[in-house]
Amino acid sequence: MEVAVLIFLSSGLFLGWSLGANDAANVFGTAVGTRMVKFSTAAFVCSGFVILGAVVSGAGASHTLGKLGAVNALGGSFVAAFSAALTVYGMTRAGLPVSTSQAIVGAIIGWNLFSGFPTDTKALYKIVGTWVACPLLAGFIGVILFKLTVSVVKWAKLHIYRLDAYTRLGLILAGAFGSYALGANNIANVMGVFVSANPFTNFNVGDFFSFSGIQQLFLLGALAIAVGVFTYSKKVMLTVGGGLLPLSPVGAWVVVVAHSIVLFLFASQGLEHALASAGLPTIPLVPVSSSQAVVGAVIGIGLLKGGRGIKWRVLANIASGWVTTPVIACLVCFVVLFFVQNVFNTVVYRDASYVLSEPVLERLEKDGVETKRLEELKNQQFQTVRGFRKALRERRVRTSSVVSKVLDRAKIDVVLIRNDKIWQLDNTSLTKAQVSSIWEIVGRRFDHTWMLDDALADIHEEWRSLPDTTVNKLYNRHLNGQRQQVYNIFRVQRQQE
Amino acid sequence: MPGITLFSKTKELEAQTDEFCDKVSEGALAFKLGMRRYLEGDTAGFEEKLHHVSEIESRGDELRREIQRRLYVETLIPESRGDVLELLENTDDILNACDGAMWQFAIEKPELGEELKSDFDNLVESVAEAVEALVRALRDFFRGSESLTDDMHKVGFYESEADKMGHKLMGAVFSSDIDLSRKNQLRSVVLHVDNIADIAEDVSDKLAVFALKRAI
Repeated sequence: MEVAVLIFLSSGLFLGWSLGANDAANVFGTAVGTRMVKFSTAAFVCSGFVILGAVVSGAGASHTLGKLGAVNALGGSFVAAFSAALTVYGMTRAGLPVSTSQAIVGAIIGWNLFSGFPTDTKALYKIVGTWVACPLLAGFIGVILFKLTVSVVKWAKLHIYRLDAYTRLGLILAGAFGSYALGANNIANVMGVFVSANPFTNFNVGDFFSFSGIQQLFLLGALAIAVGVFTYSKKVMLTVGGGLLPLSPVGAWVVVVAHSIVLFLFASQGLEHALASAGLPTIPLVPVSSSQAVVGAVIGIGLLKGGRGIKWRVLANIASGWVTTPVIACLVCFVVLFFVQNVFNTVVYRDASYVLSEPVLERLEKDGVETKRLEELKNQQFQTVRGFRKALRERRVRTSSVVSKVLDRAKIDVVLIRNDKIWQLDNTSLTKAQVSSIWEIVGRRFDHTWMLDDALADIHEEWRSLPDTTVNKLYNRHLNGQRQQVYNIFRVQRQQE
Repeated sequence: MPGITLFSKTKELEAQTDEFCDKVSEGALAFKLGMRRYLEGDTAGFEEKLHHVSEIESRGDELRREIQRRLYVETLIPESRGDVLELLENTDDILNACDGAMWQFAIEKPELGEELKSDFDNLVESVAEAVEALVRALRDFFRGSESLTDDMHKVGFYESEADKMGHKLMGAVFSSDIDLSRKNQLRSVVLHVDNIADIAEDVSDKLAVFALKRAI
């Protein structure tokens, strides 16, 4: 790997470190704060399970961030992660509560504003919606769990020592689960922006063991989180314990479990699929803030106890941080991008060119987009996303969903299927039928990736997307991953043309 | 596996705490029987019970120290460690007081007239009942049982019974025509015995507060 790549990744590692120092404290804070679990035990368990969670099931939530804005140049990823980390670190130093997820979302929007790429409002609403839903859900789960636990403890008539021992064990187990969920859900915050610009390649040992590039990326991020846990989280953990509401050890356990369940719900692809298959409403896979989950659960328990003892000022402080964090991160990112681009002459985003050719307009029509206003732009080529969006605006094409569809279809991304490159296809992730359909189009050139998709879909059904429903999401996501692999191998870079 | 050793240690500690409670209740019973023997004039029987109570007292001390050591060394129940230790120490004072009262009888050999014996027996009975109720309340506290309030209430009841009996006895002593020195001696032994119930009530009051704190 190049040294430059490592330098770029360093900001992700910085972000990972601050996440470890901050958010890990949420998982074990109450346990260490109530002196039920030793810090060294907490740090050890936490690091181990964060790494596991990130590598094994980290992929779910990172897709949503990728959708929010695909930071497409390593320099941009660097700045986005760096700005988020700087915001988190700065606010922590200033004693303000902070959420890493919000910082990174703010930073991505900063990048979007700077590069001119549109912010997917649907994804943004989904994320912001969870900032409200997550603490509410955590509070709700916390209350139910607390009531249940209290009655179980009363019923079991446990000896004070036995209860203590069980609570300790429970705190460690719940902490491990919470760390796993934190790793799975929040690794997307740390390394998500690097996914589109991932420098690692897949790594296979025979047929039975594969370690994807994204997993390697996430492992690196998780290691950074672990370092953050060991080096800086102790102080935060000790203050998290009694910050909002003095908790009993059993209360602390309930908070950790509620927090972990919420994080897990928002990160589990399997659960989403299961819910959708059963015809139930699903929970969006979004990186949520562990601080919000903990605060929600603590407040839930506090309200259940009649609301006394809750330090409302502290709560107001925390809630105000939920507004200021993304705004600050967005501003910082914008400024730093400007600086890095103009002072260091570094590419912070790769611009795209667009054309509304005949086939593009036809395809848009098929997608249900009103193309009459677009006719005037027919066959004009735009070299920047900014220019193209401006032209669209002038033709009063403003609806965000329409704009993103047009951008999607009109983007020039040339793919040339060359037979000397077919060997690069990963036979373990593509089926035989899929590979043979690629053989059938050798020599053909596609100006847009969707054209390739259509061509492949015509040849074999295994290249066809299923209707866009939640049940089919996993399948379609998998298919998109396979398509991405094909694009990456056969893409014609602009300078090569 | 750490889980298993964790629980086996916990079990041991539970057993020690239970044994401590057993010792306190056993001490109160032995005290009651010893005092009866004294009232009956059975010196050998009294001496035997005196030694029994002394043994129980020193075993109680041992247990208390061991529990104290383990709670600190193994950093158990961080939230209520101080409370539990205070409870154990104050409960241990009951054993000391029983032992002390019996030694006073053994050394001073106070003469209780026939007219006082029945009331004194009632006083001892109430004291023993108060201690028994306290031990039950302690067990309730450790196990988070709901009968804690009932048992604490009983401690209060028997303590006030003991007080009444004490006042009655002292009234009888001072209205009799024995020597002032004997009057003073009898007052001292009555107070000494009554004091055991007072200690039990103090512990019970603390229990009430600690139980509130322990509420999850």
